[in-house]
Amino acid sequence: MLFSEATTTSFFSLAPWLVFAPVIGLLINIIIGGRFSEKLIGAVASVASGATFIVSLLLAYSVWVGHGQGESIFLAEWIHVGSLSLDWTFRVDSLSTTMMLVVSGVGTLIHIYAIGYMHEDVRFKNDPSRFRRFFVFLNLFIAAMMILVSGDSYLMLFVGWEGVGLCSFLLIGFWFEMDTLARPSWANSNAAKKAFIVNRIGDLGFLIAGFLMFWYLGSLQFDEVFAAAPELADTQPGIIIAITLFLLVGVAGKSAQIPLFVWLPDAMAGPTPVSALIHAATMVTAGVYLIARSAPLYNLVEGAQSVVVIVGAATALFAATIAVGQYDIKKVLAYSTISQLGFMVAAVGMGAYVAGIFHLVTHAFFKALLFLSAGSVILGLERGHHLLAHAHNGGAADHDDEEEVRRTEPAEVFDPGDMRNMGGIRKTMPVTFWLYMIGSLALVGIIPFAGFWSKDEILLDASLKYPAVYWLLSTAAFFTAFYMGRQIWMVFFGTARHEAAANAQESPKIMTVPLMVLAGLSILGGLLNLPFKGFHNLGHWLEFTLGEVELLGLDPTVAGLSTLLALAAIFISWLLYGRVTLKQADRDPLKKPLGFVFTGMENKWFVDEAYKAMIVDRYTDVCRFLADVIDSRFWHDWFHEKLIVGTYNWFSNTGLNYYADQKIIDAFANGLGRTTKYLSASVRRIQNGFVRSYALSVFLGVVLILGYLILK
Amino acid sequence: MSPELILFLVLSLVAIAAAIGMLISPNPVYSALFLVINFSTVAVFYLILGAPFIAMAQITIYAGAIMVLFLFVIMLLGAEKLAPGKVLPYQKPLAIGLAIVLMVESVYAVLARNPSDAEIIVPTEAANSIDAMRDLGIMLFSDYLLPFEVTSILLLVAMIGAIVLTKRAKGEQE
Amino acid sequence: MVPQDYYIALSAILFTIGALGVLIRRNALIIFMSIEMMLNAANLAFVTFANTYQHLNGRIIAFFVIAVAAAEVAVGLALIVAIFKSKHSIDVDQMSSLKG
Repeated sequence: MLFSEATTTSFFSLAPWLVFAPVIGLLINIIIGGRFSEKLIGAVASVASGATFIVSLLLAYSVWVGHGQGESIFLAEWIHVGSLSLDWTFRVDSLSTTMMLVVSGVGTLIHIYAIGYMHEDVRFKNDPSRFRRFFVFLNLFIAAMMILVSGDSYLMLFVGWEGVGLCSFLLIGFWFEMDTLARPSWANSNAAKKAFIVNRIGDLGFLIAGFLMFWYLGSLQFDEVFAAAPELADTQPGIIIAITLFLLVGVAGKSAQIPLFVWLPDAMAGPTPVSALIHAATMVTAGVYLIARSAPLYNLVEGAQSVVVIVGAATALFAATIAVGQYDIKKVLAYSTISQLGFMVAAVGMGAYVAGIFHLVTHAFFKALLFLSAGSVILGLERGHHLLAHAHNGGAADHDDEEEVRRTEPAEVFDPGDMRNMGGIRKTMPVTFWLYMIGSLALVGIIPFAGFWSKDEILLDASLKYPAVYWLLSTAAFFTAFYMGRQIWMVFFGTARHEAAANAQESPKIMTVPLMVLAGLSILGGLLNLPFKGFHNLGHWLEFTLGEVELLGLDPTVAGLSTLLALAAIFISWLLYGRVTLKQADRDPLKKPLGFVFTGMENKWFVDEAYKAMIVDRYTDVCRFLADVIDSRFWHDWFHEKLIVGTYNWFSNTGLNYYADQKIIDAFANGLGRTTKYLSASVRRIQNGFVRSYALSVFLGVVLILGYLILK
Repeated sequence: MSPELILFLVLSLVAIAAAIGMLISPNPVYSALFLVINFSTVAVFYLILGAPFIAMAQITIYAGAIMVLFLFVIMLLGAEKLAPGKVLPYQKPLAIGLAIVLMVESVYAVLARNPSDAEIIVPTEAANSIDAMRDLGIMLFSDYLLPFEVTSILLLVAMIGAIVLTKRAKGEQE
Repeated sequence: MVPQDYYIALSAILFTIGALGVLIRRNALIIFMSIEMMLNAANLAFVTFANTYQHLNGRIIAFFVIAVAAAEVAVGLALIVAIFKSKHSIDVDQMSSLKG
């Protein structure tokens, strides 16, 4: 039906298949996936995701052929109430196709990777039946993310927004009854709940922004909102500021910015492909996309833009410092993600939308690569650990026998994600090592990797518009290089601090091949938008949607300084971590020079603790007050038990039972019975059995009747 | 005072006296005999009223057969003299009082309240003739055929009933 | 001549005496006799009316009453004999099993 209108040059009518394809995939896996092998389940999901990527490609091609002319594809009517009319309409333009390509492209690679990863993960966690569930969730996420990026209105975007939030919740809590080390615990489900609840706060902001738009601008459709906004900005600029700031609250929730970033590190409880796909490459960038999409609103109010920039920059630096103090390989990357998201938010905040989106794209490549490689490292350690355990217990290592592996699970708790257990993996997992190196260099921003070009563009924009922010971001970039260097030295160089690391095994091809593709993209991603005349491909591409954008050249000062900073940071990290291999029990070398500062970094600056003390505990206090005093004591004990039940009991016992029932109704009934009894007892004596007596009665009757007849 | 009236008064006095005699005589045999006198006087009234067949039936059935039956039973059961009753002490005075009231009422109703002009028609020769009897018979077997037959069945049933009631049950000792 | 009412009055008096006999006597035989007398009193009234109205119906009714009375006496006396056999008395006050 939807194919028919597609011509060779215009594939716009395929847009709904962005959503249909993954939905069909997940339905297949739900309905008949139970009989599929793991490979087939993974293949179905990957093909569904790949179909989405192909549709995205065709749509992008259509936009390109049409000289940037986007199109809105109407699918179904949705809400038509009064002046509000919203439909399921897919908005295909250069911005949304960029997002589609990133999401479906990276998503497909991660799907393929996950076939290999989850195969082992479900076995280490002793529940292979969840393999299918994982891919259903992944496809659901792709569908929701496609709704998010292709929606033609804030409401449709919000549907996708909530959809990805749901998938995030489901996947963080994928191993909901155990912690990350597969011990029985509610740690993972708590992390999922934390992510969901923190996102609710952000979503409330988004909703309020939506309400304001509807109230003051009369619509939620993008074009109508943007068309009506300038007029409102003239008359009531405060409203636009409010809208943009409330949107920023939503962005802070979804893209893990200050003050709502706390959920993202905990979200690492999910399986690593989830961390890569949702919590690094795609979902968390939805906030950046939202700001870029709302560019016409943000451009109207400079004050709000400043707030966005400050939030982004502060987040970038703040998270980068925390990343320095982390020991978990994924936690480092998580804070790195928050930091990089700060870069993007700062970029889009200062109006450098192209830079922001550019960094979004490259970041999706190299951060997905890093996460997946980290997953590969973790699995490698798991394999080594199991191998060891088996060798210790049974002698001959027979890894085909999964049951055997499970039974010989050592009692000792081994955290395969802890960098203090690693070291020297360069030798045992060479492919992963090189992939990780590429990702790290891209993240750190070493020329010519993708991260260099995108980060540099942001720094350049900042240096021109917000010098203070430039320094903040540069510092953050320095820390970025430092913590990545620290990670590399700790994980891959030196000697193994744990036997498992020494025995780590390389991952299978199904995992490494997608990583190689991502590595290629991380190397070449910069080609998208080189800062040279004629190479601003992404800039020109996005101009179709965002209007005229300033296309900057390469500033040698900025680029040189950032490269210098990065190299310096890597050198310092080598001095501290690489020169001498740490022992497992060693304290972190930074602890000594930095003292309590490092303690703060290690403990995430006690933000969780502060939130707990300031908000969560106060909230639970209020809840406890409400539950205990208001609900239990007042409402239940007093109002309900005493007032209502008591009154009712009194009324029924004393009033109705005693007075009404016993004294009136029963008395009446009993009296009736007693009277009858009494009467019959007395009348009974007439029935004395003497025939003459009866005859006398008859005689009396005769006399009386005759007397009546006479006297009548 | 016509001779008929004198005759009526004398006979009615005899009838009433016989009735009271039956009522108060302690011995059932006496009572039975008083009743025979009463029935006989009533039979005479029937004759006066021009109903010789009824009078004869009265004499033969009532005063004859029925009273003989009574006497038989008295003889059979013994002329028992009952001890004064201890129960129903109010029965006798109450009954007497009521009876007096009823008597006054009925006599008053008949004689004072709505008296009739009608007088007794002295029976003619024809009325006492055999033809009149034949009329009665014809009527009995035409208009009153069904009641007559029913009466015959009734008598049969009574006869059988009496036999059944007094029959000695099988194996019952005297 | 004798007025019809005199006969009716006599009938009423005899009836009342009979009724009184039923009420005050305890001997079942005498009660039975009293009943016969009441029937007889009724018969007298019937015949009287038959005379004054010069119609045979009254007499026929009287005839039926006599016949029924004969049947009644036959059964009634049989009953009294049966009662006497079981109770050895013909005192009606002895027969009070129907007491409520």
